[in-house]
Amino acid sequence: MGSIFNIQQVINGLQLGSIYALIALGYTMVYGIVRLINFAHGDFYMLGAYAAYAAFYVFNSFLGKGSPLAFLALVVAMLAGGAIASLTNLLAYKPLRYKPKLSSLVTAIGVSMFLEYFFSAFPFIGPSPRGFPEILPKVIFRGFGAEISNYVIIDLVVAAILMSGLTFLIQKTSLGRAMRAVSQDKDAAKLMGIDVERIITWTFAIGGAFAGAAGLLAGLTYPRIDPYMGIIPGLKAFIAAVLGGIGNVPGAMLGAYILGLAETFANAYNSMVGDGIAFALLIIVLLVRPTGILGEKIADKI
Amino acid sequence: MKVYAKIAAIGAMVLGLAACSSGPKEILIGGVGPVTGAAATFGVSTKNAYEMAIAEWNAKGGVLGKQIKLDFADDKGDPTEGATVYTKLIQQDKVVAIVGTVMSKVSLAGAPICQAAGIPMISPTSTNPKVTQVGDYIFRACFIDPFQGTVGAQFSYNTLNAKKAGVLFDNGNDYDKGLAEYFQAEYTKLGGTVVDYEGYSTGATDFKAQLTKIVAQKPDVLYSPNYYQDDALIAKQARELGFKGPIVGGDGWDSPDLVKIGGSAVENCYFTNHYSKDDTRPIVQDFVKKYQAKYGEVPDALAALGYDAMNIMLDAIKRAGKTDGASIRDALKATDLAVVSGQVKFDANRDPIKSAVVIAIQNGQQVYKTTVNP
Repeated sequence: MGSIFNIQQVINGLQLGSIYALIALGYTMVYGIVRLINFAHGDFYMLGAYAAYAAFYVFNSFLGKGSPLAFLALVVAMLAGGAIASLTNLLAYKPLRYKPKLSSLVTAIGVSMFLEYFFSAFPFIGPSPRGFPEILPKVIFRGFGAEISNYVIIDLVVAAILMSGLTFLIQKTSLGRAMRAVSQDKDAAKLMGIDVERIITWTFAIGGAFAGAAGLLAGLTYPRIDPYMGIIPGLKAFIAAVLGGIGNVPGAMLGAYILGLAETFANAYNSMVGDGIAFALLIIVLLVRPTGILGEKIADKI
Repeated sequence: MKVYAKIAAIGAMVLGLAACSSGPKEILIGGVGPVTGAAATFGVSTKNAYEMAIAEWNAKGGVLGKQIKLDFADDKGDPTEGATVYTKLIQQDKVVAIVGTVMSKVSLAGAPICQAAGIPMISPTSTNPKVTQVGDYIFRACFIDPFQGTVGAQFSYNTLNAKKAGVLFDNGNDYDKGLAEYFQAEYTKLGGTVVDYEGYSTGATDFKAQLTKIVAQKPDVLYSPNYYQDDALIAKQARELGFKGPIVGGDGWDSPDLVKIGGSAVENCYFTNHYSKDDTRPIVQDFVKKYQAKYGEVPDALAALGYDAMNIMLDAIKRAGKTDGASIRDALKATDLAVVSGQVKFDANRDPIKSAVVIAIQNGQQVYKTTVNP
């Protein structure tokens, strides 16, 4: 049992959870505000990874490998993720805002496929996997019976900083207050003079930026990127968001870490069933709490 | 009227030519491969190799005192097209035997046609076990996938002297699974211990849960019989978790991108393959030199196996002494021939029993390591 439940596995699970959390936040924020499950969200993560990859090759000769370049790659990945997310909102979702929900949902699936196939058609992206560069030299620390690389620490710290920043933004700033207002009641928010569309665009941009950051971290941690890399993490992050209670920001973080840990322990316990155990757990949680762990009871609105 | 007369004249000429080619002076061999379509590069290598093998036999006086003529047909990598060209070769052109084709799904469409007509067929590279199960006229020149698991186990146990092995494979893929199962069976038979046998789901990028568990059992070798994209990540994560031993895989590793993704983590790694251009046996070096001189590129595994398949077939016709299907089939069954990809004999399922090469990764390059004879 020592090889299944130990510190190393906890670290593995937290690292995986950090990446899920950054993606899950975008799902949950967008859902909270426009009640849309944005299935293209996983592809913003993919584009973030490619943007970081491009940034590496453009700036490598000026800066050289190291922390400044890694920081720059993070900024580029977040900007790319945020830009493509807000653009998607303006072009694809905004015209359908007050149309039946199903139209937006199908559009989201369409946008997702468009991004995957469109980008795989570019010769400099291409359909086959690429190796992601080691922007920072890898250092491995040994202690507490575990092997911890600096990449693990970067994943955990970047996720923690971004999530604290987001919490501060939502709770303490006027943009955050407006976001909360819009998520509670769009019409009332509009009557109070809030530019609802502007808030929605910001929400997409922030969610996309977080997905972009996750793309960079994933590129560093699992150095293989391809145009379809967003599908499975996107799906899992969506599940994490539902597990935590979709629309609830702390819920998405909690759900992501629970899913990361559950997946790791399930794979360590029996890798042949692996993810099956993790998703069985999800079904059980949802049977007990249909709105997710931190989700509020949805009152019927008539 | 003039036009019709012309067409009739051309038609007569074409028919005349066709009649000549199947005349008593020549033996007509059907060759099939996908020279257009998605698998075109495979088909071109294969066709080049067929032509080269036939030219060599003809230069030495042909077979049974007759020259060999290749009747090549393009299957486009498509089973429907494949069935059409197999039928055409047999019914219309009256070939005595067929060498082809590359892809398993297309061979599976062609094999029943050959079997029903009693025409011997040998596929150079179709690895799906079902292909030769179609009937007793169907052979293949390559080993079937799971056989690499057996070779991987022998190499790990005997050459690397590894007594404890961990296995990690894609649980949703028959190729990976077959190799892992055969590895485990052979490794245990040899006296080794598989300390941990783990799977992962297709598309996974995080293998740390399984690897942490494997590394904790302190294996001497890690067997990772997957495709290169996954193997490269597995190698990276295994090294990160402190595993320093060798990692062994199958021909799914054979891609220049393996090193691009895996970097230094894929050093001290080995994989089994059909053939290596650096194999020191004279027959291999001779083949590589001649192929390069003729086509201007290093022959890949498809060229080697295409060349072998044609040679196995022509050797069988020579030994049969006749060109009827049943005689060639019986001669094929009795094959014992040294070819580029090893010494070939056929087992009861008409799958070859032959050696495999092991390729090592050293300083980012693929280096021929050894040949393993089962």
